[in-house]
Amino acid sequence: MIIAKPKPVAKLVEFTEKFDKILLVGCGGCASVCAAGGEKEAAELAVALRHWRQKQGSALAVSTAIITRQCDAQYLDSIAKQVTRVDAVISLACGVGVQFLAECYAGKPVLPGLNTVLAGGAVQAGLWEERCGLCGNCMLHQTGGICPVSRCAKSIQNGPCGGSQHGKCEINPQMPCAWHLIYEKLLATNRLDLMMQYRSPKDWSKEHSVGAKPVRKKVLP
Amino acid sequence: MIRSSSKLEQVLNQARFAVTVEIGPPKHSSATGIIKLAEVLKDYVDAANITDNQTANVRLSSIAAGVHLHQAGLEPVIQITCRDRNRIAMQSDLLGAYSLGIRNVLCLSGDHQKFGNHPQAKGVYDLDSIQLVDMVRNLRDKQVFQCGEKIKQHAPRYFIGAVANPFADPFEFRVLRLEKKINAGADFIQTQCIFDMQRFEKFMQMVRQRGLHKKVPILAGVNPLKSARAAEFMQKRVAGMIVPDEIVERIRQAADPKAAGIKLCVAQIEHLKKIEGVAGVHIMAIDWEEIVPEIVERAGIKPGNYPAW
Ligand code: SF4
Ligand code: SF4
Repeated sequence: MIIAKPKPVAKLVEFTEKFDKILLVGCGGCASVCAAGGEKEAAELAVALRHWRQKQGSALAVSTAIITRQCDAQYLDSIAKQVTRVDAVISLACGVGVQFLAECYAGKPVLPGLNTVLAGGAVQAGLWEERCGLCGNCMLHQTGGICPVSRCAKSIQNGPCGGSQHGKCEINPQMPCAWHLIYEKLLATNRLDLMMQYRSPKDWSKEHSVGAKPVRKKVLP
Repeated sequence: MIRSSSKLEQVLNQARFAVTVEIGPPKHSSATGIIKLAEVLKDYVDAANITDNQTANVRLSSIAAGVHLHQAGLEPVIQITCRDRNRIAMQSDLLGAYSLGIRNVLCLSGDHQKFGNHPQAKGVYDLDSIQLVDMVRNLRDKQVFQCGEKIKQHAPRYFIGAVANPFADPFEFRVLRLEKKINAGADFIQTQCIFDMQRFEKFMQMVRQRGLHKKVPILAGVNPLKSARAAEFMQKRVAGMIVPDEIVERIRQAADPKAAGIKLCVAQIEHLKKIEGVAGVHIMAIDWEEIVPEIVERAGIKPGNYPAW
């Protein structure tokens, strides 16, 4: 799942300064699940933005809507009428949702309400952790199911580096060293041969840094 | 077998106890200081490492500093970290440094950018330190770039160093990781600063069990402590270090902490000389490099005065 965090309200106040009527669009997908851009968050943000404008002695009309998944073009029409009535739209989806919305409603300013941060999941209530760096070339079969690309601070392939101590990463004594976790897992499963294996430089051309990369699949009609 | 035209390689090949030193280039654009340092150090050491933006702080480049030392008559070992350059920039710099007379390179991951003066920088980490070692070896032994393309002429022939940290965890894996580095092509090894001698002895025992000391010379890292503050800093702030309380206490209690630091360092070297498989010492006296001649003299390891290892 994609994990996002709400932008500070002050930032959104700044975004909406020049508008009188805005629409906050929540997303029913990941953004809802990670409690950043669902119905509840949209409603709370609407109250905050109206209140802020009131303090300035004017009024901001804020309406809200929710879309099943903003990253899916088939759901975007549902808010067409509401969009025509406002000056701008704030999308409370991940960066993908913002772009799909902006493309669908090309004549309208569509602004990001969230900061999209990582691909991960909840490890306990209210705590999400990164689990995948979208490297395009998954190596989890070599690392005991623990991702060094996203979970090692240096994304190294032949770890752990010399900064690993007491199971923790050199950059943060709270953060487990991914390679220490990998070592323990491989030790416990009798696969230390994988620790000894030299992994040659990774093919980073498979990750996200090479322009908008398409993924094709045959789709049944 | 001689692989490069490095003087350090010759010294280590003659099985003589080697002395290397670490120099941190300045945070400005004048080389006057390091050139002076080279004058002071050159008769006391076999080579000098030049750090590559150590602790992720911007400094004069290690290659440029290396050229200054080389011209001043002190053999440089340039350090290259994986933090700031991708494989293209690294190979380009390796070609360039070689063209300027540099023959030794030390490959390391590098401290994370978070520790330095630009914590917002994007860390590169295209390669890791073991992959870097492998790449430098392939430039030399196979005359190919990392991508596999043949280097038609003048492939750089470096003497390749790597680091080992006996004080990082998991301890049992540290010797195995060293072996990975050797298999990837490391010609010599320098260790993290040693304060916990017991742990280092254990590490060397495991090294000998696997016969690694016969494959590559290992230079043991030492660090003369200048003050109790420096000792505490090492103990608490430097990633991957172990400084026993007893050592911090000894410096703190000393009437003259500097003298105590030197005495301790000399005693450590005396001890290290006796450990089978230790081929020399690497003295890291960052910001106190001028003390190195005294330590070298007192420990009886001045070049030309080598004990066999
Ligand atoms: S190895 Fe790559 S694809 Fe697999 S989890 Fe890590 S980043 Fe994601
Ligand atoms: S300490 Fe572990 S997680 Fe942190 S950078 Fe080193 S290998 Fe990666």
